[in-house]
Amino acid sequence: MQPTLSVQNLSIEYKARRGRVQAIRNVSFAVNKGEALALIGESGSGKTTLGLGILQLLPGTARITDGKALYRRNGQAIDTLKLKGKTLREFRWKECAMVFQSALNALNPVLRIADQFADTSRAHGYLQGRALEERARHLLSLVRLDPDRVWKSFPHELSGGMRQRVLIALGLLLEPQLLILDEPTTALDILTQRNIMDVLKELRQKLDFSLIFISHDLALAAELTDRVATVYAGKIVEIADVEATFKEPVHPYTIGLINAVPTLKGSKEDLTSIPGSPPDLIELPTGCKFHPRCPLADVRCRGQEPELEDVQAGHQVACWNWGNARQSLERFRA
Amino acid sequence: MPHPIITLDHVTRTFAVKRQTIKAVDDVNLSIREGEIICLVGESGCGKTTTGKMITGVLPVSSGHILYRGQDISKLSGAHFKKYRLGVQMIHQDVYASLNPTHTIYEIIAAPLRRHRRTQSEAQTQKRVRELLQTVDMTPPDDFLDKYPHQLSGGQRQRVSVARALTVNPSFIVADEAVSMVDVSIRISLLNMMSKLKDAMGLSVLFITHDLALAKYFAWEGRIGVMYLGRLVELAPARQLIENPQHPYTQVLLSAIPEADPEVTRRKKQIQLRSMDIPSLLRLPSGCAFHPRCPAFIGEVCEKVVPELMEANGARVACHLVRRKE
Repeated sequence: MQPTLSVQNLSIEYKARRGRVQAIRNVSFAVNKGEALALIGESGSGKTTLGLGILQLLPGTARITDGKALYRRNGQAIDTLKLKGKTLREFRWKECAMVFQSALNALNPVLRIADQFADTSRAHGYLQGRALEERARHLLSLVRLDPDRVWKSFPHELSGGMRQRVLIALGLLLEPQLLILDEPTTALDILTQRNIMDVLKELRQKLDFSLIFISHDLALAAELTDRVATVYAGKIVEIADVEATFKEPVHPYTIGLINAVPTLKGSKEDLTSIPGSPPDLIELPTGCKFHPRCPLADVRCRGQEPELEDVQAGHQVACWNWGNARQSLERFRA
Repeated sequence: MPHPIITLDHVTRTFAVKRQTIKAVDDVNLSIREGEIICLVGESGCGKTTTGKMITGVLPVSSGHILYRGQDISKLSGAHFKKYRLGVQMIHQDVYASLNPTHTIYEIIAAPLRRHRRTQSEAQTQKRVRELLQTVDMTPPDDFLDKYPHQLSGGQRQRVSVARALTVNPSFIVADEAVSMVDVSIRISLLNMMSKLKDAMGLSVLFITHDLALAKYFAWEGRIGVMYLGRLVELAPARQLIENPQHPYTQVLLSAIPEADPEVTRRKKQIQLRSMDIPSLLRLPSGCAFHPRCPAFIGEVCEKVVPELMEANGARVACHLVRRKE
């Protein structure tokens, strides 16, 4: 089966006064039909840029220097990075929708929720009038909102969690095949976050769409997604099924990240921090970009950057020393 | 027995909002001992930050008393007040806003040293600034002295904030979401640095966070207090609170947190709330404020009577159900 989206050798950079920020460097991955892929990484690792790049929503200072993003529907493939004008507008939202991080600012403050839906629908030549209202109300109840309460409300009359759910419903309005969620639950309370997670899980069961889930929160990825890609300094350093990512990670950064997050069950001794801090994306380290923070770094790591290679089917890693990474790191902690 | 370093005695804080008053913090009682870590957790709007601000003296209490080593802070004056003010320091959440962007790291740390005459000469100041940077693991200190905050990473900035708080040798630190804006991979090293300092200098810490797992880790030997809509609903030793929560709200919170393990988190049994609506502070529910959402609701008593914080199973819990079981 052909994947819904396959990104190939994508590179994106930003112009800055100090030089070029290499936000995404030669990234390739695929999202299959109905699959949820998590992009996990720290702030500044490039995960949001990746999402924006697919939709060509990057700011003026950014430039896509290389690569393709092939999107497939009904057997036809198009490169989304080459779309322009009308075809680009049609791709956005109808084929691929994005829900942004700041739910509080993403809705137009002077439009009632009903009008936000009408606006989007009109702009894309979708349903109108009664048919639109029916579809929108159906979506609102899918995200566990009371359509009667929400329909005539202004955004400021809704709580953060409710607004985030309105945005998810709005994202799904035009039946996109691919939904990109960028940190959909940051800035939300624990119980609200739980509610959104449940809504997302339910939506994935009821509707058949692919999902790219961008987050720094490993636990959310563990709960919601099928595959996890770990992003470090603009590159995917490990990609695997969600079980393998958490049970058998082989990249020292993935292992470090999992060990650095406190869990409710874990004991104090299980936690270790990753030394150092994320690299400057303008003056990147030589070789493997993680080597200055990696306890296993050797001469080869300093000189040459590893590319993704197979660990087993469906599990790839970009590390010279992945073969013994877990055992060696275990020794380091002991 | 010596006085606890900070005591909150029926502390309430109200704010006027659109001609109405809301209770941001409602009748909170808490004592914090010398060298103890307490984590306050709760959702946004539960009053945890307001509590921290009142302890540091930034906000006055509306009623009740806050005692510093047994003395009411609102009645302190002159040298006593200064001693309290220097003894209790705060570390803020937003490291991008809490350091003056036009001052170098050296100036940021040297200013309080000079102002409070902790050092007598410029040479001494320089030496002390270097020492302080070393205590917060910013080595070699000379690399940082002439830098401006924008040249540092989030984690480094937070270390500078800690160093600045330490200039006046405080005995109590209020850290409000001090690591939530810092990258995941370096949070633990910041927390470890703070625990190390706590042990070395005998500091007490009030750590405010919304992350229960983080609270458990940081307050390992200390206690966690859970707040809901202005009230302290449960207070217990950290590990006990996480492993054996007594209050239904604490139980709900813990069941709602996703875990970084696909097997565990997908099988986790969730407690359903009776209602998802978060009550407004303007119209607080009568009786126990949690009753409209509480999965363990037992009837009229919850609607009418405000539960007091009572001893139960080694914790202090404000819930009628827990009392009934006794």
